[in-house]
Amino acid sequence: MLTLENINFELEVEERKVPILHDVNINFEAGKMYALTGPNGSGKSSVARVAMGIYRQTAGRVLYNGEDISSLGISERARRGIGYAFQHPPRFKGMPVKDMLELAFKHSDGYNCQVLRDIGLCPDDYLERTLDNSLSGGEIKRIEIATLLAQNPRVRIFDEPEAGIDLWSFEQLIDVIGNSHREDTITVVISHQEKILNMVDEIILVRDGTVSMRGSRDEIWPQIKESAECGCRKSCRLEEKIYADCPR
Amino acid sequence: MLTALDKKLLQEVADLHGEPPGAFNIRKDGQGIERRSLEGIEINPKKDQPGIDVIVSPGKEGTVHIPVIMTETDLSDLVYNKIDIGEDANITLVAGCGIHNPGSGNAQHDGIHEIYVRKGARLVYTEKHFGEGEQGGKRVLNPKTVLYVEEGAYAELELVQIRGVDQTSRVTEAEVKAGGRLVMYERLLTDGEQKADSDVLVKLMGEDSTARIISRSVAQGNSSQKFFPRLLAYGPGRGHVECDSIIMDRATVRSVPEIWAENSDAELVHEAAIGKIAGEQLIKLMSLGLTEEEAEEAIISGFLK
Repeated sequence: MLTLENINFELEVEERKVPILHDVNINFEAGKMYALTGPNGSGKSSVARVAMGIYRQTAGRVLYNGEDISSLGISERARRGIGYAFQHPPRFKGMPVKDMLELAFKHSDGYNCQVLRDIGLCPDDYLERTLDNSLSGGEIKRIEIATLLAQNPRVRIFDEPEAGIDLWSFEQLIDVIGNSHREDTITVVISHQEKILNMVDEIILVRDGTVSMRGSRDEIWPQIKESAECGCRKSCRLEEKIYADCPR
Repeated sequence: MLTALDKKLLQEVADLHGEPPGAFNIRKDGQGIERRSLEGIEINPKKDQPGIDVIVSPGKEGTVHIPVIMTETDLSDLVYNKIDIGEDANITLVAGCGIHNPGSGNAQHDGIHEIYVRKGARLVYTEKHFGEGEQGGKRVLNPKTVLYVEEGAYAELELVQIRGVDQTSRVTEAEVKAGGRLVMYERLLTDGEQKADSDVLVKLMGEDSTARIISRSVAQGNSSQKFFPRLLAYGPGRGHVECDSIIMDRATVRSVPEIWAENSDAELVHEAAIGKIAGEQLIKLMSLGLTEEEAEEAIISGFLK
């Protein structure tokens, strides 16, 4: 069980403290899949980053299997079994994909070439490629997911895994995330995708830096659908008429 | 007879375990100590000055090792080598210098190489520097390489110096004729008080001559590095210069790539970047369970690969 307890988090921007999260309370139970959803900038990635230890909460505690891991660094949390696939994975000049997968494997027992095949990349074509700008956004994102699969952590957090991935691969991606889930793992997917929201056991809606709702797909989906409609789109549908170009 | 130290130095600079395969010349503390020529690969000591001539016959394929090792302090070694790769030959040449300076005086090796890659030939040249010592004596290496890449020939230079050398001033000059191709990789890591300068001048002389200069470096501690890669096109050649440095601690890096065209069909590009290791890179690797130091090491070794 991973617990975020009364988490507050402020980010320092140009010597000014900007509140990002407040009073976040979430229990993630083993064997369950969760989706974290909510508008852009609502704090979803910050929740994940606090869990991973990348961000340090300004108040509250992070507990993992009963242990208070609030003071542990990123590496220690990784070694205890928490893993995070970045929304925007960094690029590494000169480092081959193979080395990255091996580093991930070093602290787990899950790696083989299959992780690349699973996410739709042929190992022969990719193992020697370097993780620099020669890879497209979609490729780097898939390799990021393969890296988390190679790491095989107990807690696996995917931050918008579908971003930059084409539609065909998206189906495959959902299968891979679903199939990698086990009875002893906690899977958390940050996403807006309906298909992902359909796949999970519970949806957690993050809004304005806190958990505004949690529940099943049927409970949460109507809420999200509404918030997904932006003001401009509403105005484009004034008087039941749909404008091709926004009149605003 | 090679000592255990000699063998260690040879392994560091030339990846050799015992006697090299193929033709070779081993120079130790200012003198040639072992040498083997093969049919089509002649290695002869020069008569009028220190150094050797390596003459490869046309069409010959093979590997040549010409490492230099130094195990004494207060020693300065200047050597002139001429390497001539005959037409259509295909040769891998491993040079390099390993210094073990046991005392507090300087140990210095200045190697001047003149290399001809004749028409249609192919040369892969590796030069690795290694230095270590016990009592603070400086390890100094000043290599100068002058390269002539003839019509349709290909030359690849890999110049590597990872730690251990206190001072280095490298000069590399190349002329690439029509249809000739040159690729030069330079990889450098300095730390402590080390200083490294690299001057490169590549001249693209004819039609379809191409050159790529790729320099990657890491500067740590109080070390300083200077790069002056210059690429000059007299004809319709194509060239790319890329200098990329990771800067850490209190190090300084100066990178001044120059491109210079004297023909309207020339295409030359340069890129240069200096920056520290990105925080997100460290975080990514730490999230795989590496400590911050291990993450830094993995990023640097990948960068210098």
